[in-house]
Amino acid sequence: MNIMETLGKLASESGFAGFLAAGGWKNLIMIALACVLLYLGIVKKFEPLLLVGIAFGCLLTNLPGAGMYHLDMWDAYVAGTSYTTAAGEVIEHLSFTDIIHEGGLLDIFYIGVKAGVYPSLIFMGVGAMTDFGPLLAYPKSLLLGAAAQLGVFVAFFGAILLGFTGPEAASIGIIGGADGPTAIFLTTKLAPQLLGPIAIAAYSYMALIPMIQPPIMKLMTTPAMRQVKMEQRREVSKTEKIVFPIVVSAFVILLLPSTAPLIGCLMLGNLFRECGVTDRLSDTAQNALMNIVTIFLATSVGATMVAERFLSLNTIKIVVLGLVAFAISTAGGLLGGRVMYRLSGGKINPLIGSAGVSAVPMAARVSQDVGRKYNKTNYLLMHAMGPNVAGVIGSAIAAGFLLSVFGG
Amino acid sequence: MNGINEALLHPGVGTGAVIAVLGYAVVFLGLVMLLAVVAVMGKVMASRRKAAPAAAPAAPEAPAPAPVEKPKAKGTAGELKLYNVSERDAALVMAIVAHKLGKPVNELRFRSIKEVEEK
Repeated sequence: MNIMETLGKLASESGFAGFLAAGGWKNLIMIALACVLLYLGIVKKFEPLLLVGIAFGCLLTNLPGAGMYHLDMWDAYVAGTSYTTAAGEVIEHLSFTDIIHEGGLLDIFYIGVKAGVYPSLIFMGVGAMTDFGPLLAYPKSLLLGAAAQLGVFVAFFGAILLGFTGPEAASIGIIGGADGPTAIFLTTKLAPQLLGPIAIAAYSYMALIPMIQPPIMKLMTTPAMRQVKMEQRREVSKTEKIVFPIVVSAFVILLLPSTAPLIGCLMLGNLFRECGVTDRLSDTAQNALMNIVTIFLATSVGATMVAERFLSLNTIKIVVLGLVAFAISTAGGLLGGRVMYRLSGGKINPLIGSAGVSAVPMAARVSQDVGRKYNKTNYLLMHAMGPNVAGVIGSAIAAGFLLSVFGG
Repeated sequence: MNGINEALLHPGVGTGAVIAVLGYAVVFLGLVMLLAVVAVMGKVMASRRKAAPAAAPAAPEAPAPAPVEKPKAKGTAGELKLYNVSERDAALVMAIVAHKLGKPVNELRFRSIKEVEEK
């Protein structure tokens, strides 16, 4: 055995050699980016439950030779073209079974994203954690949830102007819904090639809500408006809370059938919570199941951040458009709040409008904090929870509309 | 492409604007309709709640037994009226007052607690 030849072969086949190959430097940049994201998640605590997994998935997928995620395989799956395996076998139309046989571990995880399973299961957990009582006590807050979807459609239009295709623009616009699972669900259906940057933008801006929203809230409201104390709402009966998820599921899915996976799971989770006889299932949906799915979702989304796809001008455009979408959605909710302030004769504090951007419960907390800054005795949290949970339904309807228009 | 409406792959600016406006309108319409459904549901529930106590006395023909008053908890000094204050806040206020006075709560009598609006 020629020792030098063997060592040379080992060196040329190692992942380190991959960094020296054409485009290998891009992998190094992505690994550095993964480390930055890990720093933001672990040290700065920016959405750590998701960002740590996303960053680690990004790290794994960009290690040359690891073969955990195959971009070319998924491109062939999405385009419906043939795929040549490592053994030279040509597969005409890839199925999930072929991907399990031929793919790496992260390819297998990603099947759950591609099939829309993980975002829907996350929605089930969100439903199990959400109290729709404030919304039922003041149903008009649904209007604020609608108003705060403005950024989705403005960013969609902006993306069209910047040269993105219709399905890509729809996926970018939904960042304005401030709802991670919805953004991932829609993007995997319409523009899977943009999943990495869109997920990163969506979750980063959600983590930055306490910094993004207050200046806009200050700009769009007067000090007198910010000090409005809202009346206590009526108590909501247990029966109402049980009937609500059933009615909403039937109504919204009949209105927009494409929302069925998201709304169906959201409301099933909520029914588990409210019906009083499925406490174990509610507990599983909000804790164990949610945690397990979060691991799969985060790592597989991170795996899509492949250097050759992520390092492009489009990523920068998406990051900018995402911020625009967030800011305009906040402004839309505040505008809705101002209209309700006028129509109610000054009884509604417009600050609760900004909570309509979904991002439960972070956005509602921001309304509470800004309100208390101007009136120490003001407690807006429960009032803001109405628009906040309405935003979840609103962003699902927006995604359903875009899927109906651009889906095949 | 898999699962994509090819006809709208490259919408022009005009089509994009129409889709954006239509989309926002659909979200509003959907939530306004949901608002109507939820409001009707709330009314039905409220009317059922009102009907339930009204129907209850009509049922028994026999003279109703004298209402039995639930025994009050030890140390209770009558009913406390709350005006625009939650029970939790009231409990907090009472605990703070008792602490400041250095007396146990059951030796104090609170008649009512009312939130005073700041002018």
